[in-house]
Amino acid sequence: MKNEDLYQYILGIADNSLILGQRLGELCGHGPTLETDIALTNIALDLFGQTRSYYQYAAKLAGGVKTEDDVAMLREEREYRNVLLVEQPNTDFAFVIVRQYLFDEFHLLLMQELQNSKDEMLAAIAKKGIKEVSYHRRFSGDWVKRLGDGTAESNERMQQAVDDLWRYTDELFHLTKADREMIGQGIGVDVSQLRDTYYNTVTELLQEATLTVPEQEYFQKGGKEGIHSEHMGYLLTELQYMQRSYPNMNW
Amino acid sequence: MSEKEVKNLDAIFEARIARDEKIEPKDWMPEKYRQTHIRQISQHAHSEIVGMLPEGNWITRAPSLRRKAALLAKVQDEAGHGLYLYSACETLGISREELYEQLHSGKAKYSSIFNYPTVTWADIGAIGWLVDGAAIINQVPLCNTSFGPYARAMVRVCKEESFHQRQGYEIMLTLCKGTPEQKAMAQDALNRWWWPSLMMFGPTDAESTHTEQSMKWKLKRKTNDELRQQFIDQTVPQADILGITVPDPDLKFNEETGHYDFGEIDWDEFWQVVKGHGPCNKQRLEARVSAWERGAWVRDAAMAYADKQQTKKVAKAS
Amino acid sequence: MKKDWPLWEVFVRSKNGLEHRHFGSLHAADAEMALENARDVYTRRNEGVSIWVVESKYITASNPADNGELFEPAQDKIYRHPTFYDLPDEVKHM
Repeated sequence: MKNEDLYQYILGIADNSLILGQRLGELCGHGPTLETDIALTNIALDLFGQTRSYYQYAAKLAGGVKTEDDVAMLREEREYRNVLLVEQPNTDFAFVIVRQYLFDEFHLLLMQELQNSKDEMLAAIAKKGIKEVSYHRRFSGDWVKRLGDGTAESNERMQQAVDDLWRYTDELFHLTKADREMIGQGIGVDVSQLRDTYYNTVTELLQEATLTVPEQEYFQKGGKEGIHSEHMGYLLTELQYMQRSYPNMNW
Repeated sequence: MSEKEVKNLDAIFEARIARDEKIEPKDWMPEKYRQTHIRQISQHAHSEIVGMLPEGNWITRAPSLRRKAALLAKVQDEAGHGLYLYSACETLGISREELYEQLHSGKAKYSSIFNYPTVTWADIGAIGWLVDGAAIINQVPLCNTSFGPYARAMVRVCKEESFHQRQGYEIMLTLCKGTPEQKAMAQDALNRWWWPSLMMFGPTDAESTHTEQSMKWKLKRKTNDELRQQFIDQTVPQADILGITVPDPDLKFNEETGHYDFGEIDWDEFWQVVKGHGPCNKQRLEARVSAWERGAWVRDAAMAYADKQQTKKVAKAS
Repeated sequence: MKKDWPLWEVFVRSKNGLEHRHFGSLHAADAEMALENARDVYTRRNEGVSIWVVESKYITASNPADNGELFEPAQDKIYRHPTFYDLPDEVKHM
């Protein structure tokens, strides 16, 4: 492929939205209130909307007869580029909220930079996405505060989720080969530059939520290189079920 | 209030409904009117949220991103509809928590159709086409029902629901135009969902206990049998367009009446499912109860946080 | 003590130039959440540009039993309506 790096770069962004959307999709109908079900579904719908724009673009770059669904659903696990954070399971509502918040804060920073990309398509998708992601961050941030500073039980559950998920945050700022290529061309965002802003903002909010920021020295990584956690295979099994069982059909 | 005064109020009330006036929550109403409405509106609300489960079962496995987004939006709409209806019910002086309690304890009913499993992707098409199709026929007349909050909720529900049936039919159409395997999947879904869909209109008029009173209060405009006939007349030609067969050997167009004659419904099955012995009654209720129980700490924490913020605000102001 | 989320009334302005209209109600623990829930529940289809929420218990409603004394006195004040006044046909647009 002529634009292999750009293609990979797009997947690196799009797969996060796809996999997180898929996780949120598992929850619909099972949340603590109808209101939260509706809110989380809105976030999932935004993420799938973004995903489709990216994959349609990626499919065009790939050329031939490839469609957005081929890109989304017909890759091997090792070819998915999402970070480990977004594939982590819906252990409880605290994990759902913390996972969302830790991602949203990064996602917003990324979109704010990506809207200046030299690639017009990516810039346009980012511009539209900023409004959606700002709202996601507002929603998840509010809930982190509520549950962090709610009851003793909710505080404990939130702290557990923060402690468990914190190890996946550093990977957000790693650069892949495709990242470096795209940064060089003025298309990609240098995410390593976003690290300090991210941790400052997140720390401030967690403190406001009366949660303790973990003092982690070792972080998990691998998602961006396609080495995922063991959860990923099951997630993909569901995501790909129809496309794998009934290949080459229209739905 | 003396018996005579109540009787007088009763007469005024019935006259208002007969004049097509709307009843609003704070208006005087007979206790039976209130109870009947709580029962019907909450049953309707419960059906919406239990109805999220069989379709939600396919969100993660939807075959394309377009279908996934549409299904997710549809299931979300059902949550919204449940919410509108619970709100309408709450105006009658009962809380959502009490209504949930009735659902969770098995005291309140919901539509039996949701006690059937969704076993293939085609079931998502069949539900949209048949179940939502039947629901629309049941619901459209309710936009004019006598109780204002219910009527207003139904206007919103009907407006939003118009895409649901199309979504389902489009899925069926795509399957039927696809490979033989896909078409067989569509036929299989029709075979399994046809009879339960007919049962959605309730027992035959002869067996139905609520009809007369419900007609008077405009909770119903047509009888169960009339609505069922309307559904069949409208759906059979749609099956013909798809090129799949309605699983009823007795189904035949009657030139004289202008309607389809159809075979005997298995009422034994209907009553078994109503009584809780359908394939998924247990799972559906368990899923709802479990969501509610697992969410308790979240709801409590949000209240505790709100109280703390309120206290802070008051302290600041003083 | 266990406390359920209170009920809120939602008012939405569909577009600038129109008044806020009562859209329905929902449950939320606090005002911020009520606003967010209202946005997600009542403006999913692009129905609004502005939202008000107010906790239901703060609404004081008139009692239908008083409708006679509250509203009927206005019924015979026909001089408040323009059609009460006779003008010659030659006078247009008044």
